[in-house]
Amino acid sequence: MRIELVKRPQQSALFSALSPFIALGLTLIAGAIMFSLLGKNPAEALYYYFIDPLTGLWDENNRWQLHELAVKAAPLILIAVGLSVCFLSNNWNIGAEGQFTIGAIVGSILPVMYPDLQSWIVLPLMLLMGMIGGAAYASVPAYLKARFNTNEILTSLMLVYVAQLFLDWLVRGPWRNPGGMNFPETRNFHEYAILPEILPASGRAHWGFAFALIAAVAAWFMLSRTLRGFEVKVLGQSPRAGRFAGFSASKMVFFAFIVSGALAGLAGISEVSGAIGQLRPTISPGYGFAAIIVAFLGRLNPLGIVAAGLVLALSYLGGEAAQISIGVSDKVVRAFQGMILFFVLACDTLIHYRVRFVGTPAVKAAEVSQNV
Amino acid sequence: MFESILITIATAATPLLIASIGELVVERSGVLNLGVEGMMVMGAVTGFGVTLATGSPWLGIFAAIAVGALFSLLFGFLTLTLVTNQVATGLALTLLGLGLSGMLGEGFVGQPGIKLGNLDIPFLSDLPVIGRLIFGQDPVFYLSILLTVGVAWFLFRTRAGLTLRSVGDNHGSAHALGINVIGIRYLAVMFGGACAGLAGAYLSLVYTPQWIENMTAGRGWIALALVVFASWRPWRVLAGAYLFGAVSIGQLHAQALGIGVPSQLLSSLPYLATIVVLVLISRNRRLTMVNTPASLGRPFVPDR
Repeated sequence: MRIELVKRPQQSALFSALSPFIALGLTLIAGAIMFSLLGKNPAEALYYYFIDPLTGLWDENNRWQLHELAVKAAPLILIAVGLSVCFLSNNWNIGAEGQFTIGAIVGSILPVMYPDLQSWIVLPLMLLMGMIGGAAYASVPAYLKARFNTNEILTSLMLVYVAQLFLDWLVRGPWRNPGGMNFPETRNFHEYAILPEILPASGRAHWGFAFALIAAVAAWFMLSRTLRGFEVKVLGQSPRAGRFAGFSASKMVFFAFIVSGALAGLAGISEVSGAIGQLRPTISPGYGFAAIIVAFLGRLNPLGIVAAGLVLALSYLGGEAAQISIGVSDKVVRAFQGMILFFVLACDTLIHYRVRFVGTPAVKAAEVSQNV
Repeated sequence: MFESILITIATAATPLLIASIGELVVERSGVLNLGVEGMMVMGAVTGFGVTLATGSPWLGIFAAIAVGALFSLLFGFLTLTLVTNQVATGLALTLLGLGLSGMLGEGFVGQPGIKLGNLDIPFLSDLPVIGRLIFGQDPVFYLSILLTVGVAWFLFRTRAGLTLRSVGDNHGSAHALGINVIGIRYLAVMFGGACAGLAGAYLSLVYTPQWIENMTAGRGWIALALVVFASWRPWRVLAGAYLFGAVSIGQLHAQALGIGVPSQLLSSLPYLATIVVLVLISRNRRLTMVNTPASLGRPFVPDR
């Protein structure tokens, strides 16, 4: 049997909407198989992964679980929204993890180096500096691509390792907490440097989630309602057509990288000041890479990305729940996330092509049914 | 002293060389597989696990090669049969490989590894200066050199190699000439996967005989950069891999000497060096334009 693709005359609207759901369904099936191979009851495991973290939904005492979902989803959505602008314009920024880290570092300069500066102005400055830090770090691969035509995938990824080593050096060296018993971490942020909770009475979801929603709506508006958004898509799909329209490809490289770097930097400083409260050697469970999955699961549409970010955030929470309740390692989460991206990409084929199975078995089956 | 440094450089360079040579063949056929890191780490965990279970590093290496090739088939099926975006699918392969290997290898953490033995030829291996360097290394080192020679010969001296390069340079014309573009690309992708699997097993069985999560530490990406650096030429890949081996061993020695520079800065040198060489190469537009396989990364759907 052979698989043959027949190009559709136009994109299938049905499969555009359905493909992320088909992909999630296939991931669940593959996940069930994986759990049975690990010797766990698949139904029970999937319950703990995807249902249990949500069961506290309506319970007044358990509302923290939804808050945890928002805490995890905030950086994923922020980063993925920026990545969607990049990917749509055919700029492959895969170094968001590094821009997240540098954003967190630059945003932390005030509370770590000038802890006596205590005023309401500190927090807005931190957020701004975080965005600038992330954007500046992202403009390095952008400059190298625009100026020297250097492959941005490799340079942006190499800079991730450099950023992580830089953070490691800072928290073990010059920025180590003077009163912290030699632990590799900075001093705790003072109260003016903490990103507050949205609803302090009910849980710890911080304003980073609100930033994520605002960024998603703003990016959606930019991409679907403005000339700049049109430019992003034209240059992404056909650089030649873009040149004829007078759009500058190298300016677009900078635009896409700076937008996504700034959002990743904002995610970084929001995570540090909202969820952690200090810098440590590791500040992210791979948000910058998981956000790539979020961007594709959301079909590069900022509003779809909000939903996709919640799904991936749920997988992080489910990983913790499953580890506690049925003793499945939290390492399974990343395998799960990788599978999601695979199935999403495979299902996207259905949007552009009709898949036909041709070959001998199918023919024989048809003959048999005719004879009967 | 000098001899032992040269040998450690060879052990650092060998996995880069093997993975890059594999990817070079893939890219010469017009496919960009960014999943090298993922295939490598799957090879590392398979090699370590099978060796631990059977006690034989050779079985571990064969299993790693097989798993690398099978894992690359996932990528091949998506990009060649379902015509998905190669960049995104390669990333997916890397993310999946890192996730799966972390899960599979959880029980291996902290287990003592078994090292693949070095060659020991009586008399020859005991020769002064060059003895251990030329006659006393691990078998995979020799294999990596053979692989380079073999691939260089295959690509530029055989008819099949010419066919493979024609598929990479113009898949439309190759298809019109009756060449099975998709079939050749499948074979190339699997060869790349097998090489990446072997390179990964080298890390967990020779370079540092143990399993650590994410132990490839970006080497798959450096291997991808090396292919660009080498402008798709096997012999230049060899030179580049040894250059990088020298950089990474040099920074380790500098750390051991404690020369007052933060160890993190030294550790980041291989990554910074990758960026620098990529910039140096891509500045020269003519060099890259002439050598880049013209169909690299382009989707191909045969019209019937």
